[in-house]
Amino acid sequence: MNVLANLLVALRALRINVLRSALTMLGIIIGVGAVITMVAVGSGAQDRVSAQIRSLGANLIIVFNASSRDGRARLGAGTTYNLTEEDAEALTLIDGVVLTAPTVRGGAQVVNGADNWWTAIQGVTTDFMAARDWELVAGRAITEEDIRAGAKVVVLGETVAKAVFVNSDPVGSMVRIKNVPFDVVGVLAKKGQNSFGQDQDDVALVPLSTARKRVIGANLQTRPTGVAQILVKLQDGADAKVVEEQVTSSLRQRHNIQPGAEDDFNVRNLSEIMEAREASQRVLSYLLAAVASVSLLVGGIGIMNIMLVSVTERTREIGLRMAVGARRRDILLQFLVEAVTLSLIGGIVGIGIGILASALIANLAGWPTLIEPLSLVLAFGFSGAVGVFFGFYPARKAAQLDPIVALRYE
Amino acid sequence: MSDEALIRTRNLAREYHMGDSVVRALRNVSLEIGRGEFVAIMGPSGSGKSTFMNLLGCLDRPTAGEHWFDGVDVATLDTDQLARVRNAKIGFVFQSFNLLPRTSAIDNVEMPLLYSGLAPDTRRQRASERLARVGLAERAHHHPSQLSGGQQQRVAIARALVNDPLLILADEPTGALDTRTGVEIMAILQELNARGTTVVLVTHESDIARFARRVIAFRDGEVRADDRVAERHDAAAQLSAFPGEAA
Repeated sequence: MNVLANLLVALRALRINVLRSALTMLGIIIGVGAVITMVAVGSGAQDRVSAQIRSLGANLIIVFNASSRDGRARLGAGTTYNLTEEDAEALTLIDGVVLTAPTVRGGAQVVNGADNWWTAIQGVTTDFMAARDWELVAGRAITEEDIRAGAKVVVLGETVAKAVFVNSDPVGSMVRIKNVPFDVVGVLAKKGQNSFGQDQDDVALVPLSTARKRVIGANLQTRPTGVAQILVKLQDGADAKVVEEQVTSSLRQRHNIQPGAEDDFNVRNLSEIMEAREASQRVLSYLLAAVASVSLLVGGIGIMNIMLVSVTERTREIGLRMAVGARRRDILLQFLVEAVTLSLIGGIVGIGIGILASALIANLAGWPTLIEPLSLVLAFGFSGAVGVFFGFYPARKAAQLDPIVALRYE
Repeated sequence: MSDEALIRTRNLAREYHMGDSVVRALRNVSLEIGRGEFVAIMGPSGSGKSTFMNLLGCLDRPTAGEHWFDGVDVATLDTDQLARVRNAKIGFVFQSFNLLPRTSAIDNVEMPLLYSGLAPDTRRQRASERLARVGLAERAHHHPSQLSGGQQQRVAIARALVNDPLLILADEPTGALDTRTGVEIMAILQELNARGTTVVLVTHESDIARFARRVIAFRDGEVRADDRVAERHDAAAQLSAFPGEAA
């Protein structure tokens, strides 16, 4: 008896008891649906964290100015400019550092006629875009030339560009910042919110030299090359911990900080924080999938239960089939195919429900969900395996019946 | 067709172990059933006739003795080979019909062919031809619950015939039927026998046994009598004598 004929027999048997078959499948449907949904929620969250890491710029260490002490008065962080462009230059010599990008920062109104927008003005060097893995959607980036000349050019973040150029093309136009006219030379690609909910596109980039001269004032008088922060981009595979230590010791030395004294700067490895968050996210999604798998297991036990009942109910049928020439393996196959058919149909319906539930969660709760094709294939294969595993024992029980006893069974 | 007997047993015995005691259900049965015979096996319950039937049907194995069926020593066959023999050479008819519930008559008849490895078209064609032979062509798609007892037994006979067996084993085929329907079933069996099929019938009614040509009586696991039937009943003739129209 071939598998196709077996499949027909199995389908016929399942159709005779539609309600029971449907209820039996329900366990698998719920199990597979739960696994698909949980994995989708888990990988959606993980995917978002990964995207945030990417938007931050991969392999990035950020050095800030720390609060400084003036006698017994502690000033707020970043109020003084302990870091300089020379520091940034020096940090590039450290092993594992690809490039460094010193920046200064200030707030200002960006004005285009009647449209204006308050934004963060960042004074940057040419390496800034590479450090942040940032792309342009239009125009050009800030060049070495611009920085040397203190050119009045600006690259607008997406949010700013949209705010002050409602209907027109920003590139080639002019905006006023602190009453100084700037040529808009480029527009940045959209990065979206960072992990702290901040709009990263609410920014305007100008040459570092221009920012010092035109946008940010006072404090720089005492330190003409002072910067607010230095982005340190690491090589792929560089050990962030080691580089971090070297950055710290290099800066302490350059700033003449005595042993035991506090740093006048802070080093943050943001991607490390994010990676830790990603890892915990991953653990959480594994946990969700594990909990969901338990219901799949329960569904499998349900199949075994019903198959055992079915074997007992159909003892005479089994005896009859053996009498008319079914071999033990035909009977085994018949009941195994029945169990696997139950679990596979349950698996298919469960996949559908899982996809639907993921879409619902994404729409109603606003959580990102991500369904990977591999997880569907796995769910399908796994539900088949559940059918084989839990169907085998009842099928073997059926196949080992004695036809004479089975035929007389009441 | 060879001259050799279809069934030949020599000192056939079957014992069951029940706890410490041994039940000798069958002992020293040596007989031959030739091709084309119509044999009735009689005996009270516990006489060993059911055990003998199970052995003849290749459903069971003897604990001692020989059993040759169609020239093959059954003892040499493994479980799968026995299944093949049952499938290809033996047709079973049971007292309680043993039809699959909620399954159409034609599907019931076709069922043994699923294990013969025939193409679906051939299976269907053969099943409907056998149904027609027992006069149930119009009921092919009825479920057993929609058929009368006699019709159900006719479906069961069609199922037994579907593989053109050498031997039909009928175990109390009329036990669950009224007299008239019982005679109808016997008419079908007699007709099959007339066409050359060997029929072995188990019954405890001597009236039914007289439709056969030969009666073998069992008692306490042994053959007590083996006689030719002197005045054989003719089922077809009896049917026409029944008042009313034949079904």
